[in-house]
Amino acid sequence: MKKIIINAIVFVFCLASFKLFAAESAIPLDKAPVDITDNASLQRGAESFVNYCLTCHGASFMRYNRHRDIGLSNEEILSKLIHTGQKVGGLMESAMRKKEGEEWFGVVPPDLSVIARSRGADWLYSYLRAFYRDDATTTGWNNLVFDRAAMPHVLYELQGEQKLITKASDKGEQKTLSLEKPGELTSAEYDKFVGDLVNYLVYLGEPHANSRKELGLMVMAFLFGMLILTYVLKREYWKDIH
Amino acid sequence: MSNLFNSMIAWVDKRFPLTSNWKAHLSEYYAPKNFNFWYYFGSLALLVLVNQLITGIFLTMNYKPDASLAFSSVEYIMRDVEYGWLIRYMHSTGASMFFVVVYLHMFRGMMYGSYRKPRELLWLVGMGIFFILMSLAFTGYILPWGQMSYWGAQVIVSMFGAIPVVGDTLQQWLLGDFTLSDAALNRFFAYHVVTLPILLVVLVFVHILALHETGSNNPDGIEIKTNKNPKTGIPVDGIPFHPYYTVKDIVGVVVFLIVFCGIIFFAPEMGGYFLEYNNFIPANTLQTPDHIAPVWYFTPYYSMLRAVTVNFLGIDAKLWGVILMAGSVVIFCFLPWLDRSPVKSIRYKGTYFKVALTLFVISFFVLGWLGTKSPTPMYTLLAQIFTVIYFAFFILMPWYSKIDKVKPEPKRLMKE
Repeated sequence: MKKIIINAIVFVFCLASFKLFAAESAIPLDKAPVDITDNASLQRGAESFVNYCLTCHGASFMRYNRHRDIGLSNEEILSKLIHTGQKVGGLMESAMRKKEGEEWFGVVPPDLSVIARSRGADWLYSYLRAFYRDDATTTGWNNLVFDRAAMPHVLYELQGEQKLITKASDKGEQKTLSLEKPGELTSAEYDKFVGDLVNYLVYLGEPHANSRKELGLMVMAFLFGMLILTYVLKREYWKDIH
Repeated sequence: MSNLFNSMIAWVDKRFPLTSNWKAHLSEYYAPKNFNFWYYFGSLALLVLVNQLITGIFLTMNYKPDASLAFSSVEYIMRDVEYGWLIRYMHSTGASMFFVVVYLHMFRGMMYGSYRKPRELLWLVGMGIFFILMSLAFTGYILPWGQMSYWGAQVIVSMFGAIPVVGDTLQQWLLGDFTLSDAALNRFFAYHVVTLPILLVVLVFVHILALHETGSNNPDGIEIKTNKNPKTGIPVDGIPFHPYYTVKDIVGVVVFLIVFCGIIFFAPEMGGYFLEYNNFIPANTLQTPDHIAPVWYFTPYYSMLRAVTVNFLGIDAKLWGVILMAGSVVIFCFLPWLDRSPVKSIRYKGTYFKVALTLFVISFFVLGWLGTKSPTPMYTLLAQIFTVIYFAFFILMPWYSKIDKVKPEPKRLMKE
């Protein structure tokens, strides 16, 4: 019987490995440096988030004082993260009204509370580094990961301006970006800046993720202990069954 | 102390059949002694049911069935409710694990012929449980009001619209509106937390009553009741459910919990299979996602729904899809009468049945995998081929099970 199941599983994996079934090719995403136990990185990311993102986007499921989890005190939260006079227990709501967003960008900028859970860290990390100048769009910016994104390049002062380079190769068109005008940060510094920001977005998506894993280890240790006890109990009872 | 206990039991027994039920269903319910790995999933299904009921009650305390509040109330549970994240993950993982356990439980029945006489009614009640479970999964998946909740529900609801003549009216009646909206969310919430759980619990109770009437089948597929000890009247190959299977099932429970908690604590999204990534985007009634995929446990049926691409026999392709999808589930109900083999268990059945069951399992997996993909001409062709194989397993069964070369069944249970 086990054979049937094994055969079925093997068969499915064989199918999946056929060339015919190769996934639709998108632009390859870069791996985001995510480590939600790195409080220093999360704190840097939180400050960048508040300074650059929160103006237009909300994170309205998140409370400011939750940031005590990443090593900030209430006083630090008030001074570093709250620039709008909100209370420390308040929600991280955007300063911009929905109607304004619609008028200015055509769409309401999405709430970013769980953006890392829908888009994934690698997508965000690649997206925030893939803006380039494009005069054909209304904002003057376009994005290699998200074509015709409504968002302009908010971080261009830091990154500088990139240009799109299209090369024809035997695999089809290959698109790459090259830095035309350098910004305030070097390329490596900018990657680190975005890395911290994305790391923070991952934390923001599930603030309890660290305590979840910690509790999980204890639960697992308990269950493995229970497994030994219950197995011994079962063996004892079943001794007389032949 | 024991005197006091005994007299208390005696007091209850005069007023309620406590001891007699304890004996009939546990300490003197004789189960075959050769239950193997596949026999854990019945009790595990009961465990998951209890998990869903308890975590569900706690979720209800903070969830808001309101189209403008539902999504944020779920995030409120995830962030601000004490251990809300744990309760929610237990419930969302429980939903998927319910299907894992129930699918394995059903597969066990198919391997060992547990649906055969005298257990036809037991099988039918089980199928009723499966239908209720699917309805619960569907109504529950709408509640977070994310993009997949909304558009997945849109697909399912539009299936009712494909029914000729009454379709549109039926659809409006179900939704309480012309489109999927707050009204539908409210009524699906009511079904999910009141109607369907009550039906499920009642049917599970009936399922166990029916099981204890006929007695459990076993991997050899022979009736232990035909060979009783003449003095005691107890089946010679039977052992009391309690304590033997209670202690054995507890080991199964712990192993299950290791897997279950492993998912809850370390991979609650299960790579997008248990919690879909797109469902972390609030429902947007104006923006259809590029790719709508149901949760994994519905994907085999979803593939069959999409498999028909041409109108034939004067019936619209969409309606054919709905007929196939409904048929693919309902057809399980006919198994007791489709199987004409003289033996019950796969251990004594011949090559035809083994090949047919293997093909069925493969088609179930392939259809499930195809259901997670965007349709391409190649995928649609595959879905059509495997849909035919899926149905052939059932429709050809009266024929291949009859001419199959079977081995003689043993008189007593075989050792594992």
